Amino acid sequence: MWQFFHKLGSPKWFFGIATRLMPWLLAGGVLLLMAGIVWGLAFAPKDYLQGNSYRIIFIHVPTAFIAQSIYIMMAVAAVVTLVWRMKLADVFVKAVAPVGLVLTFLALFTGAVWGKPTWGTWWIWDARLTSMLILLFLYGGVIALDRAINDEKSAARAVAILVLVGVVNIPIIKYSVEWWNTLHQPATFKLTEKPSMPADMWVPLLLSVLGLYLLFGWLACLRMQTEILFREQRTRWVKDYVMAGRG
Amino acid sequence: MNADVRPVLKLRDDTVGVLAAMRGVFARDLKVAFRQRQDLLNPLLFFVMVVTLFPLGVSPEVSFLREAGAGILWVAALLSVLLSLDHLFRHDFDDGTLEQLVLQPQPLFLLVLAKTMAHWVLTGLPLVILTPVLGVMVHLDGNSIGVLCLTLLIGTPVLSLIGSIGAALTLGLRSAGVLLSLLIIPLYIPVLIFGTGTVAAAAEGAQVGAYVALMGAFLVLALTLAPFASAAALRISLSNG
Repeated sequence: MWQFFHKLGSPKWFFGIATRLMPWLLAGGVLLLMAGIVWGLAFAPKDYLQGNSYRIIFIHVPTAFIAQSIYIMMAVAAVVTLVWRMKLADVFVKAVAPVGLVLTFLALFTGAVWGKPTWGTWWIWDARLTSMLILLFLYGGVIALDRAINDEKSAARAVAILVLVGVVNIPIIKYSVEWWNTLHQPATFKLTEKPSMPADMWVPLLLSVLGLYLLFGWLACLRMQTEILFREQRTRWVKDYVMAGRG
Repeated sequence: MNADVRPVLKLRDDTVGVLAAMRGVFARDLKVAFRQRQDLLNPLLFFVMVVTLFPLGVSPEVSFLREAGAGILWVAALLSVLLSLDHLFRHDFDDGTLEQLVLQPQPLFLLVLAKTMAHWVLTGLPLVILTPVLGVMVHLDGNSIGVLCLTLLIGTPVLSLIGSIGAALTLGLRSAGVLLSLLIIPLYIPVLIFGTGTVAAAAEGAQVGAYVALMGAFLVLALTLAPFASAAALRISLSNG
């Protein structure tokens, strides 16, 4: 197990694994996401209250879900960075922070589009929405701090601390619905309970969440590979790799 | 800056206990601040001016001010703490005192805690003392002013503690001021929400015990965790230079 752990720390080893993994992640992600969205948008039954407008859930929930879990993944990677000084962990944080930012923005945007027909307003200062907005700011702060520090190692550790401090915010997001209990409907999926919607609705939703996860995995691998190539540009294997690609 | 304005730390000794070291850092920070009084006054002036902008910019109506007053004061206090954070480590960083602090045998996080407490005594506490006057100016009633002062008394140390993390992270960076605000404001939001929520609940005649307890929980959480984070961040920033 420890050997695996050490290998995982090696950028070169990860690069090879990622190359082999990426086609599967991409294919699986596109398939699942297409299936989920087409099923959700075209075949799932209408909501008895919200009519067709609820269908944006098949985009809104996956983006919001993954936007939050990316931050948690970043926090785990931050611990790894601080404790074991593993290079790959901070490559991960740096690579996925912008993805998290974009997904958070998409979640807020689709939420606004959904809010207009159902609540009659684009934006409401509801606890859930506000904490998503804070999440957006947190991603922005992480990216800004990373850009501001020139030294790679210092940047990695400073960002790791910031991410860990910000992770205190995640439980507040998660439980804010129950605490303040305002307009936003409660979480769609809970691990412990059966979903309260019919299978025709939640199965496509689950498919699109999983699909987006796989797509995120693909994107994360791609961005990490780019970052690794950039950081290791002086090493032998990167030179070989690049020359082989050219030839 | 000459030596007699900024007294040298004299802790370089294993025989100095942790508490004595913390007291030393605390006393020195106060001494430095009182030798440069303008720095002490600036956040307070800023606080008063920001509060003044609201009646001028939005509405001087008594009904509006009574409704929004607590929020205005809280936001103004938050901003002036934010403004003063840059000073927390900057001068010590520039003249090398901070490196000496890191080299002390005593745990760094406790020394950072002492510095942060000094920062609160110099900025947060004066804001709390000034609040009743401004509270009267925005037409808050006596009960609300009392609760507002209480929330600020519990809340401003949290602001200083969380802020110390940001100040440590951005130490020695270009455009540190703006970056500091970007990093710290999101983390301030929960404190602000509960701070103003407490006053709003008091204005409606509700019991505020639970709110105050929650703010106390924030304080305890910040007090226990923030010094570790800022100490770690300080080490990074120092190794950076």
